[in-house]
Parts: sequence; C-alpha cells; structure tokens
Amino acid sequence: MKFQLLLAFLILQLTFIATQCDAQTAKEYIKSGNQLIAVYDFDGLDSLLNQKNDTTYVVNFWATWCIPCVQELPYFEQLLEKYGSEKMKLLLVSLDFRKKVDQSLIPFMAKKKLKSTVVLLDDKNANIWINKVDSTWSGALPATLILNKNQRLFFEKSFTFEELETEYLNSKK
Amino acid sequence: MAQQTKKETSGYKIGSMATDFKLQNVDGNMVSLQDYEKAKGFIICFTCNHCPFSIANESRLISLDERYKEVGYPVIAINPNDPAINEDDSFEEMITRAEERGFTFPYLFDEGQKVFPQYGATKTPHIYLLQKTKKGLEVKYIGAIDNSSRDEDEVTEHYLENALNALLDGKEIEVKETKAIGCSIKVDKS
Repeated sequence: MKFQLLLAFLILQLTFIATQCDAQTAKEYIKSGNQLIAVYDFDGLDSLLNQKNDTTYVVNFWATWCIPCVQELPYFEQLLEKYGSEKMKLLLVSLDFRKKVDQSLIPFMAKKKLKSTVVLLDDKNANIWINKVDSTWSGALPATLILNKNQRLFFEKSFTFEELETEYLNSKK
Repeated sequence: MAQQTKKETSGYKIGSMATDFKLQNVDGNMVSLQDYEKAKGFIICFTCNHCPFSIANESRLISLDERYKEVGYPVIAINPNDPAINEDDSFEEMITRAEERGFTFPYLFDEGQKVFPQYGATKTPHIYLLQKTKKGLEVKYIGAIDNSSRDEDEVTEHYLENALNALLDGKEIEVKETKAIGCSIKVDKS
C-alpha cells in the first residue's frame, strides 16, 4: 500500500515536471522583478505550442511599443480570468527587441502587473517564421493565434473583449 | 485551415501596375512619381516616425537612396498613419524626423489615407519596388529591406538590394516577396 502511494506520488511529481517542460525549450531567462521571462527562438516557441494535450492555447503577438497591442492586453487578461481554470493557456509573446528589454519590457511588466505568462520571441529569421505562424500573416502587430488539437485560428487584427471571447469559444467547438 | 477576415484583401501583387499619387512632402511641396522623368523606377517605403522597426531601418533607407537614386531608383517614403490616433504621426513630427535623421528622400504624408490601401500596405515599414515599363509602373518586389529588420548588424540576406541589382542587370528577381514584423498601420475605425 505504502509502495503504491509512493509510486503514485512519484508519477504525480513527474507529470508536474513534464508540464513545466517549457523550461527545456527556452534559449535563456530574463529576470523581471520576481518573475523570469523565458526567451524563445521560433522553434522553441513552436514546440511549446504543439504539445499533444487537450489545452487551448491563446497566443498574442505584441510589443510594448505597439499601441494597439497594449490597448488590447486587458482583454487577454480578462479572458484568462474568466477561462483560466479550464484547459486554457494564455501566452503573451513579446516582439520587443532583446537588447532593449531593460528599457521596455521589464518596466512595462513591473507597472502593469500582468497575470498572463509573458515570453520573448527572439528570432531574427522573421521572413521564415512569420509564415510558420500563419501563411496569411503579413507580419503586422498585433496578431493572435488560438489553437488546440482540433483547430488553429489566426487573426491579424486588434480585438475587443467580446470578439476575443467569441473566437476563443469558437475554437472549442 | 484557418479562416480569417482581413480588412485589406486587395492591394498590389507582384506584376500589378501601381497608380501615381500627389502627396505633400515635408518641404511643403507636392510630389508625384511622374515628376521623376529620368527615374527607372522607385523604392516606395511606407514608414512612420515612431515605430521601432521603421526607426531601425532609417539609416538603411538613406543608404539605399544615396546609392540607387544615382542609377535611377530613388526612395520615396510615405507615412500612411492617421495622426488622429497617434499625434506622433503628425506632419509636424514628420518634418522634425526627416530633419533630425537627415532623410535624403521625400517623406510624404498620405493625407486621407488613400494611397496605402491601394498598395495593400499593412504595416510600417513595408517596401514596394516599382519599375517603369511600357505598360506603366510595375510592382517587382514587395516586403522587407533585408532579413534582419530590427538589427542591421545581423543582416545576411539583402532582399531589396538583390532585387534592385537584378533589375539593373536585366535579370529576373529571385526572391520577389518577403515578410518582416512591423507596426500595423493606424486607421481610425470610427
């Protein structure tokens, strides 16, 4: 009995570690207050998104200097608050310049106290990876990808909360 | 596959004929492409005053203009943004920017935001390389200046220059369209 409990506990622990697998695909980590921001190249980000599970990923491509991006961030936070307890993962993928994060992303995050997970995409081969996100994407920010094992929806636009919620719910049909 | 509605589904493709325009330059004069009788074509760049990607490409635009206008391909920069949305995009700011950065080319204001939708530009910066042909101004290349928009030091593929050199040599352009990250063009939705 004790052995079975121990085994169950070990399996639980391993599962937990596996779900934190994000760690293995990041290029580096940047300290931001109490948080660490993972920095990915595109392949790292892609493997993060293509995990074989039941989770719906809402991935927003933004930057601190992109005004319409910053304006819609509260709606993503709202979505997280409303649906975060379901199998949903919200990723705010920043395209801020890696060399300038100390002046841009770090102060921004300290000020806004974002609850969503923020990661930095640092991959100069934009001409290649823009098409991998979606072939219709021109590269303009903001852009949002909603994907799960059944659907992959891409939007080159700014969202209102209602629009974002509608598309999120659509993705789960 | 993903279905998404795009606001601008039209716009120029490779081989499209571009229309001319008459827009105000930062020096106060109106500028049209037909003013350039001796030009063989144009490097049209939709760019703005504040987008970090635009800013990161400014010195490259100046360098391109200085070299290629000598051989018939001047740069023509156009600000497509609506200053009502962001006052940094105002005409006054354009004058300041052009002066501070030492732009060697016209920097035009897309008053009423009529020109950029014709081209189908979606972000800044966004390049359209035009060549004068018997049929008109043909779009020969669309997209980015090179493969490292944000950092000039990391450039390994000079897309626009390769396209220009091909045109000058009378050869086919190998890479006709490329993509890069940029700031979406600001349009008043009201």
